[in-house]
Amino acid sequence: MLNWLWFGLLALGVGYGGITGNFSAVSAAALEAAADSVVLIIEITGLLCLWLGMLKIAEASGLMQKIAQIMSPFVTFLFPDVPAKHPAFASMLMNMAANFLGLGNAATPFGLKAMEQLQSINPHPERASRPMITFLAINTSSITLIPTLVISLRAAAGSAAPTEIIGATILATGCGTVFALVFDYILRKSKYGRS
Amino acid sequence: MIWLSQAAIPLLLVGIPLYGLIKKKPVYELFCQGASEGIAMAGQILPYLLAMLVAIGVLRESGAFLALAQWLNPICEAIGLPAEVLPVALLRPLSGGGALALTTELLADYGPDSFIGRLASVMQGSTDTTFYILAVYFGSVGIKKYRYALTVGLASDLVTFISAVWICHWLFPA
Repeated sequence: MLNWLWFGLLALGVGYGGITGNFSAVSAAALEAAADSVVLIIEITGLLCLWLGMLKIAEASGLMQKIAQIMSPFVTFLFPDVPAKHPAFASMLMNMAANFLGLGNAATPFGLKAMEQLQSINPHPERASRPMITFLAINTSSITLIPTLVISLRAAAGSAAPTEIIGATILATGCGTVFALVFDYILRKSKYGRS
Repeated sequence: MIWLSQAAIPLLLVGIPLYGLIKKKPVYELFCQGASEGIAMAGQILPYLLAMLVAIGVLRESGAFLALAQWLNPICEAIGLPAEVLPVALLRPLSGGGALALTTELLADYGPDSFIGRLASVMQGSTDTTFYILAVYFGSVGIKKYRYALTVGLASDLVTFISAVWICHWLFPA
């Protein structure tokens, strides 16, 4: 499916650009996006190194296990396939906490660590496991309490009340996350969720 | 709450090594050992990120995006979504930076305290870039079959946007 999706995005862009005589814009966009992705990766590399370094200390000193032990009872019901008190719970919780506080940059390293730990208990290493999908369902619908970036954009644009959208954002994100969890639960129990 | 958001990172930066020192661990060595894993992880992600960003960049710049937005216009009117904000909703799951640029434009053109400005702000803040997250997170561990992950991610984006429209009409009546 991924093969067709990726090809579809490319073909749609190139096809439409060809019809409307936009070929030069299309090729410029492709080259620019390729270069941009390297710049983006360099930024991400710094963040990954910083937080993976911190996580290594937390792991070796037993802090991750402690967090997993204390917090996992609250989330185990979402991840029935993950063994109780597994360290993946600590990484997933730190990822969710970072998203919650609007610290998107710190969330990615914790999230990737969680994926690594979930992969270690995945029976089919090339297929997404059920806990991975549940984790990403929460992640992509992003429970944000403080949309820091949007608030600063609004302030920069001269808003009289840059933070007035916080309530609406929490409600909208809450609707999305609840729906994601319910829909994920339904699919996980259906024939699509068979492992 | 905003204080917590600002203090979380500094507190973690001092709290985690402090805990390690109390447990008599070589925190500096451990930090560097962990940090070195970051380089390999970044290298692992790059091809997936590049593939996704190129496809989305091509789609956006070809004009197919605006054409799609125009075509979907009647549906938007029916649910009360202003036509100006539709491109933000369409681009949000694909490209965080692209949607952010559109939101910044709308804030400048219509004002941050207009209905359009508020709705664009809420849409920008209430969900994450589904395609980017799936490509990077699955790519980092070599997952090739996403199964139903994309369906769940995109369906919940749709629900988030529709609820954002209704919530904004309710909280910020024009």
